[in-house]
Amino acid sequence: MKPAYDVIVIGGGPAGSMAARYAAGRGASVALFEKDREVGVPVRCAEGVSHAGLAAVVENIPSRWIAQKITGAVLHAPSGAEVPLHTDQIGYILHRKIFDYDLAQMAAAAGVAIFTRAHVTGLIMEQGRTAGVVVDHLGERRRIEARLVIAADGVESRAARWAGLATRTALADMESCAQATIGGYQGDPEMLHFYFSRSMAPGGYLWIFPKGNGMANVGLGISASAGGERSPHDYLEAFLARFFPGASILGRVCGGVPCSNTLKELAADGLMVVGDAAHQANPLTGGGIVTGMIAGRIAGETAAEAVAAGRSDRETLRRYPKAWLAGEGGKQAQFYRLRKFVFSLGDEDYDALARSVLRIPVEKRTILSIMKSALLHKPSLLLDAVKLFT
Amino acid sequence: MTNKMKHNQDRCDFCGVCVGVCPHDAIELREAELIVDDERCTRCGQCVQACPIHALEVNDEAGV
Repeated sequence: MKPAYDVIVIGGGPAGSMAARYAAGRGASVALFEKDREVGVPVRCAEGVSHAGLAAVVENIPSRWIAQKITGAVLHAPSGAEVPLHTDQIGYILHRKIFDYDLAQMAAAAGVAIFTRAHVTGLIMEQGRTAGVVVDHLGERRRIEARLVIAADGVESRAARWAGLATRTALADMESCAQATIGGYQGDPEMLHFYFSRSMAPGGYLWIFPKGNGMANVGLGISASAGGERSPHDYLEAFLARFFPGASILGRVCGGVPCSNTLKELAADGLMVVGDAAHQANPLTGGGIVTGMIAGRIAGETAAEAVAAGRSDRETLRRYPKAWLAGEGGKQAQFYRLRKFVFSLGDEDYDALARSVLRIPVEKRTILSIMKSALLHKPSLLLDAVKLFT
Repeated sequence: MTNKMKHNQDRCDFCGVCVGVCPHDAIELREAELIVDDERCTRCGQCVQACPIHALEVNDEAGV
């Protein structure tokens, strides 16, 4: 570990590895600090991603990343009604551990120095600007200087807050999640399942994502303000007991996804924030792999340019939030309003929606046509739907 | 450790959701260790509500 780098990235998830890789690729000296023993572990993720999304952020998609190809989805209403969706969109359930390792490898190949068991405990501040980090590495506390820090430290992010950015997640916007990877799964391996019900997952939804070889990620997220006495773990136990009694559980994991509206500030003097730490997951679905990677790439490029220009002030770094909002980030406000709407519905609404969607022929049953049905319930959504789907 | 919060290490998955919602930046997550800063903690209970597995509770026995 050197005493100083141009850029320090905190966190070795997809957003952090992309940021590090693209900063190094443009000539900056970069260190990446991962607090855990290895990158990619534990996997706190349902691991689903669309082909189009993934193809937009990587040069190719090696088969070792893919646990299972996905070709369809079924929505389940509280009444038990099943709504198969027509989709020509291919997706994947990833092996996140392998995926994250490979993204870190790509960063390393671009020249990034990666350190695991490197826990950042504070920022070095100089006249209000971030100028490095304090890191505990293998039992030794060190001060490492940097011209720029990129906080990719996930849902548990503190680094951006230390730099003055308002990245704390409001309770209602935090999807608190529990997931089990089960064995002996007998469902269609190419089909995703989503369950919407206030009694089963208030302020969120349940998912079954097949992982191949008879395995599936079965999990749920609920709004942290909605659970009351019952935790996501409790809701998951009830679901497993009902639909997969006696199933062997090969893995269990908890986690959370900030599902807020897009943050006002993503950069401070000497610091940018990316990924879950920047609330960049889709607030409706909670999917954040691709969005985090997109933001990571922009932030990495911005960092390298800022270093080359010898500037790291907030104004110089504004290229990053501008590019983010001009692309993927620009959709977040609408998805956030859709989130508010979808999760404000009661079980009768979901059932009524399912009945009206089932009247649409399956080959025409797309997300867009479902939204159109939903609009009958709440016409004020029209503007958001038009912006998102046209 | 802390007096203001009770933390059940055996239930905790060290996922960091509590850190993300804490309004007071009072929780530090290491790889498999959670540290609540009693100086900062106000016992607001938001971490308790957000925890996916009920690993945290407000310690009612500790003096305010």
